[in-house]
Amino acid sequence: MKPVSANITDAVGQATIVSGSHRGLLDKIFLGLSIRNYLGQLLTNPVNWILGLILAIGIPLLCQRYLFGLQAITHGSQDYPWGILLGFGLFGMVPLSASGFLLSTTVEIFRRDDFLPIERLALLNGLLGYFFAVVFLLVDLGMPWRLTYPMVVSFGPAAVLFLVAWHVATYLSVQIAEMLPAVSEWADWPGLKRFIKKITLGLTIAGIILSTLHQGALGALFCYAPAKIHPLWIAPEFQWLHFFVSSIFAGLCMVIVVSWLVKHTMTWRCDRRYLSTLDGITLGLAKGAALAMITYLVIKLVAVAHDQEWLLLISGWGLYYLLELGLGTVVPLVIFAYGVRHSRVTMVRWGALLAVAGIVWNRLNTVLICYNYRLHQEIPYWKELWVVLTVLGFYFIVYRFILYRIPVLFRWRQ
Amino acid sequence: MRAKISRRTLLKGLVAAMASTISMAPSRKSSAHDFQGYETNRGVLVDVSRCVGCRSCEVACSREHGLAPPPGLVDNYRLLDQQQQGMRRTDQNAFTVVNRHESPLLTHPLFKKTQCNHCLEPACLTACFVNAYTKTPEGAVIYDADVCVGCRTCMVACPFSIPAFKYDSAFAPQIMKCNFCFDTRLSRGRPPACVEACPMEALTFGYRNDLLRVARKRIRDTPGRYEKAVYGEFEAGGTSWLYISPVPFEQAGFDIHVPRQPILNYVKDFLAVVPMVLTIWPGLFAGIYLLARANKTHKNTNDHEDVSDETSER
Repeated sequence: MKPVSANITDAVGQATIVSGSHRGLLDKIFLGLSIRNYLGQLLTNPVNWILGLILAIGIPLLCQRYLFGLQAITHGSQDYPWGILLGFGLFGMVPLSASGFLLSTTVEIFRRDDFLPIERLALLNGLLGYFFAVVFLLVDLGMPWRLTYPMVVSFGPAAVLFLVAWHVATYLSVQIAEMLPAVSEWADWPGLKRFIKKITLGLTIAGIILSTLHQGALGALFCYAPAKIHPLWIAPEFQWLHFFVSSIFAGLCMVIVVSWLVKHTMTWRCDRRYLSTLDGITLGLAKGAALAMITYLVIKLVAVAHDQEWLLLISGWGLYYLLELGLGTVVPLVIFAYGVRHSRVTMVRWGALLAVAGIVWNRLNTVLICYNYRLHQEIPYWKELWVVLTVLGFYFIVYRFILYRIPVLFRWRQ
Repeated sequence: MRAKISRRTLLKGLVAAMASTISMAPSRKSSAHDFQGYETNRGVLVDVSRCVGCRSCEVACSREHGLAPPPGLVDNYRLLDQQQQGMRRTDQNAFTVVNRHESPLLTHPLFKKTQCNHCLEPACLTACFVNAYTKTPEGAVIYDADVCVGCRTCMVACPFSIPAFKYDSAFAPQIMKCNFCFDTRLSRGRPPACVEACPMEALTFGYRNDLLRVARKRIRDTPGRYEKAVYGEFEAGGTSWLYISPVPFEQAGFDIHVPRQPILNYVKDFLAVVPMVLTIWPGLFAGIYLLARANKTHKNTNDHEDVSDETSER
């Protein structure tokens, strides 16, 4: 990694950051390097070799899926209609992408300017998370070319998924609009930025509404299977609240994790403001996440009490449930409480990583492991797992491509 | 300083936000929250005690719908024996399957036919976001492959795990499930193929309301022969296919965990939240925004600190 970033820093450190507006598009895309140099640095980066390996196997698998049907890459289980593709890709990615609406609310509504340096990263994380959740959906849908049917062709407005579809589509556009100021700086279209600025408040409030509803709706989807999912993981009255509140700390923890990774792997791209404020911001985010976690634990408890499930807690599934809540929420919560109080930033970051894993685990439990718990367990086919990895590879590539160029981690100077 | 937001721009933004969300939010009040089923709803009464496991219904069904012939027909009983490890379920090649079940209360095995139960308030229908399912007045729950997106939520929603997906097709996958022979028979008032094929009269076709009376009469007239309940009378809000069994239903392979109310009822709590969020959130967050802004302006004018440097970057 070192030589790569050093290369680019040399080229970009002077060219990109200092003089902004007069560079050509090619310069902007190739980071001020010649195409030859640019490709050269791509090849010397070991991360790209790993990505190459993933894609080299994954792209043929994707072709297989589109030519021969889902059966070619999944078990095609009739008992588990939603496999890991959706369980991770949609139900796992979406809560981690709540970061966009959370930070835009913090900065634009609550006027917490101290979180400004991280706002764009959170917005981008949200946008890409949603976008790739849709990509996962396109892989998993039986007829992906009919993605727009619920909007254009045939309406089932009483279905929860109808709400999810419309809200994710609308929210995706809201998030694109929210990212436009950064793009307009990069592409030098100041008019666009001025326009978005005028409607920022509307966009932000729309974002809160849409996020509340579809994060909740993803949970409410499981209310359609009240008897199939283990009772500890389904509480029809509270399911939407569980999913919504857990998405709050999921999104915040995801920002902590991403900002941490970026700080170490793309230091050259971060400006001084980002680097100097990040530790304080991380602690602030952890504080917010901890509050959401307490809320989450309380409503989880309320659900157990409401459905009279105390005895289930001492069964095998109950212990598994406690393990999930303990490792995924209570431990990070304790870490956050201790870390924030004693300003232990690194500790907080590891806690955030644990919480992110905990949320994905919770969603996988709901979709796969505790679904049809009276039947056999579905263990994903390796090809399905590899396709998940492949889409994540694309996600990583796009994420990195944008962070390198668009002013997300740094401020654009005219 | 940050661009001043006048009352007008604020209102404009709010209206835009509300319009964009409200226009996206469908009206989700169900008008059918007390739906008792169509008067004309046909059904089938399955008498589990009469079925001998010949699987003629499976054959008739696969012929009627042009599906692959059921497996293991020659050595019929060997297939039924093998099922001890796992029951067969409906899939893309079989709209109906017969499974063998042993009950400790009986010296002989029981056979239970499984197919779509054609609920009065079908979960698949209420879960479908492109309206691919229709409940016909005759009682059939039919599916339209032309609008289906292949999201498979109906498979998740079905409390009886009936719909199956044609996973092996890349270009024309679809949900495969029993349609009560609607196109070919039911719409003309004729019984479905499986009923006609049954040599044991284990299946009785008729109006659901009549069948319920028949079922109760059988239970009453032959004391001790049947469990005193009709499976399907209340399950998932009531189904068109009804069952009577000589042993407790769980011993005859029925899922007794199926809730007694329509699946839609479990989703209504969330659906009620939607209008609440839509109406309360805009005002609430706009209010918080105004408070936060007032607070900030106040602070700025007080301590003359140049916070505006940060904010002007936006």
